[in-house]
Amino acid sequence: MKRHLISAADLSRDDAVLILDTAEELARLADRPIKKLPTLRGRTVVNLFFEDSTRTRISFEAAAKRLSADVINFSAKGSSVSKGESLKDTALTLEAMGADAVVIRHHASGAPHRLATSGWINGAVVNAGDGTHEHPTQALLDAFTIRRHLSPDGSGAGQDLAGRRITIVGDVLHSRVARSNVHLLSTLGAEVTLVAPPTLVPFGVESWPCEVSYDLDAVVGKTDAVMMLRVQRERMNAAFFPTEREYARRYGLDGDRMARMPEHAIVMHPGPMNRGMEITAEVADSDRCTAVEQVANGVSTRMAVLYLLLGGNESAVAAARTEESK
Amino acid sequence: MTMSDTHKTLLRGAKPLGGEPRDVLIEGERIAAVGTGLDADGATVIDAAGQILLPGLVDLHTHLREPGREDSETVLTGTRAAAVGGFTAVHAMANTFPVADTAGVVEQVWRLGKESGYCDVQPIGAVTVGLEGKKLAELGAMHDSAAGVRVFSDDGKCVDDAVIMRRALEYVKAFDGVIAQHAQEPRLTEGAQMNEGVVSAELGLGGWPAVAEESIIARDVLLAAHVGSRVHICHLSTAGSVEIVRWAKSKGWNVTAEVTPHHLLLTDELVRSYDPVYKVNPPLRTEADVMALREALADGTIDCVATDHAPHPHEDKDCEWGAAAMGMVGLETALSVVQHTMVDTGLLDWTGVADRMSVRPSAIGRLTGHGRPITAGEPANLTLLDSAYRGVVNPAGFASRSRNTPYEGRELPGRVTYTFLRGRATVVDGKLA
Repeated sequence: MKRHLISAADLSRDDAVLILDTAEELARLADRPIKKLPTLRGRTVVNLFFEDSTRTRISFEAAAKRLSADVINFSAKGSSVSKGESLKDTALTLEAMGADAVVIRHHASGAPHRLATSGWINGAVVNAGDGTHEHPTQALLDAFTIRRHLSPDGSGAGQDLAGRRITIVGDVLHSRVARSNVHLLSTLGAEVTLVAPPTLVPFGVESWPCEVSYDLDAVVGKTDAVMMLRVQRERMNAAFFPTEREYARRYGLDGDRMARMPEHAIVMHPGPMNRGMEITAEVADSDRCTAVEQVANGVSTRMAVLYLLLGGNESAVAAARTEESK
Repeated sequence: MTMSDTHKTLLRGAKPLGGEPRDVLIEGERIAAVGTGLDADGATVIDAAGQILLPGLVDLHTHLREPGREDSETVLTGTRAAAVGGFTAVHAMANTFPVADTAGVVEQVWRLGKESGYCDVQPIGAVTVGLEGKKLAELGAMHDSAAGVRVFSDDGKCVDDAVIMRRALEYVKAFDGVIAQHAQEPRLTEGAQMNEGVVSAELGLGGWPAVAEESIIARDVLLAAHVGSRVHICHLSTAGSVEIVRWAKSKGWNVTAEVTPHHLLLTDELVRSYDPVYKVNPPLRTEADVMALREALADGTIDCVATDHAPHPHEDKDCEWGAAAMGMVGLETALSVVQHTMVDTGLLDWTGVADRMSVRPSAIGRLTGHGRPITAGEPANLTLLDSAYRGVVNPAGFASRSRNTPYEGRELPGRVTYTFLRGRATVVDGKLA
């Protein structure tokens, strides 16, 4: 059966908990002198990156290599793609080279879905971020980080996030991280609140399994984790908000706001951070900020995803929407 | 196409406009007689028992792509597709390469139409030079040319400058012209990929809000009223647009509107597949919009069905959504979709179909010889439909050069068995003659 990870919405609660538990097991590897498992020896993982994203690419690369897979990095820049090759022809080329999994980052929403359902390739497709659609492994590593911090035993094995209150702040409209997190965190039982100026909340958000607030101060006091999204300065020129300073005042997380958060609550950021914009240096460098830890957790989580898609349990990851679309 | 002009054809037992069975005798270019028990008298006899006879269909909105994009369609292949779909006249949109913004280009398209012989081709002229919205094209020269242009449109782009639109509306009054507006406020639709709503929010695709269409329609009906000209709204797609057109008509203003077959049937839920075959401009909207459009077509608020037949080569759809071209072919499936959405649902009878797909589009385009009653002496532009037929759409069999249909694999009712262009059969037993 063909299996992919395209959207966080494709994961059931049990799928998600299995991935997090597997990641927890694999994370222990990082503490050993030899960090490598032979699980995916002889399998080929292609990192197909149409968009620059060094941090995501090296995270997937480290994950695949620690499982002993052969890794091929294909970057659009300077490749046949920059000479006008279509996604289809690139995919057919990778298929001919025997890719067992294709990790794809693409500027167009839906490109990974297209790759998985077009019949161009047979391998597993992992969405490493598509346009303003989804970034499911980011959501998984975020959930992993939240679970570790908020569980009494420090791992949370077997548990979901029932009853946890997670606040996601910033440019939700253009954020694939927010979309995937809303799906995954609500699947895991968390109560998600989005906070943004109304211009950066998607039209049609009322169908999402979350609350929406325009007032950060009204929300920070009752949250278990605050996730700050990167806000691109270009948005200002498209009249999404008047000035950078006004944005930072109303929606940025500074020391005063952080002080009003419950004592156990953490501050998260998917990176790269705009210090002084959505987050002050004081907050970014505080020990409540998990940004660096999220990077480490990204490797374990992506190892779990590749392991379960390519070698592991059949039930680990639900079939992608392939099977549903007519 | 070899029959001589004096050839006689007798349609035995056809139901004109879905009414009582009649024999219809075609002699030369005209209908010679309509009655019962007509004598064959050397005519080719076609058993049309139970089939619906309509005036030849007229499309106000067809992209024939020639000159410039002959890889997707030519005037010849496009008119062949039109004939298969039961059309006897099409209006060829101006967004070719070069743009049909001069007398030279519209005459070229007009001449290619004459040579094709499968259906009449009435070129549409661009409103502005190069469709750029800055400077009026030579509208008078296009009207005075052999092509006799009366419909002008920058379709594909909106005439968004209010002053240019006002001047165009005023200017074409001199020769009874009409401006067919592609209503799309450009700033509100920058980066737009699909209807803005619940589905776009989930899919992370740039939204094309209904208000971008409605605000332009509202402005243009007011402008048309102000200068006393007529405006035609292309491919109206939202419930709100229907309300504005209904209001404008209630004022007695000279406003007409068209709807495409796909907006009568398909919704933005289909975009969840990310299959670019569903990518079109204006985008597929919601179920509520579809229902409002059907109702408006039934009550006459929307005057006609127009295909917006938009052929694209395979590679322009065999890609990721964001990179794909917008548009769908529609000539060969239009009547089936209208039967499915309007007739089989009880919203429109066959007289209504003839009105919305032949009589009114002919009137808006000021075509003579099309959209006429099925009576003795009239030009024999006729379409015979087997409405009892059910078939699965198979694009491999299309006469169009392109295959970008959203209906592949879908069962639709009705099949055009014969099309007559001035007495000559262009389609015989469902196949091109």
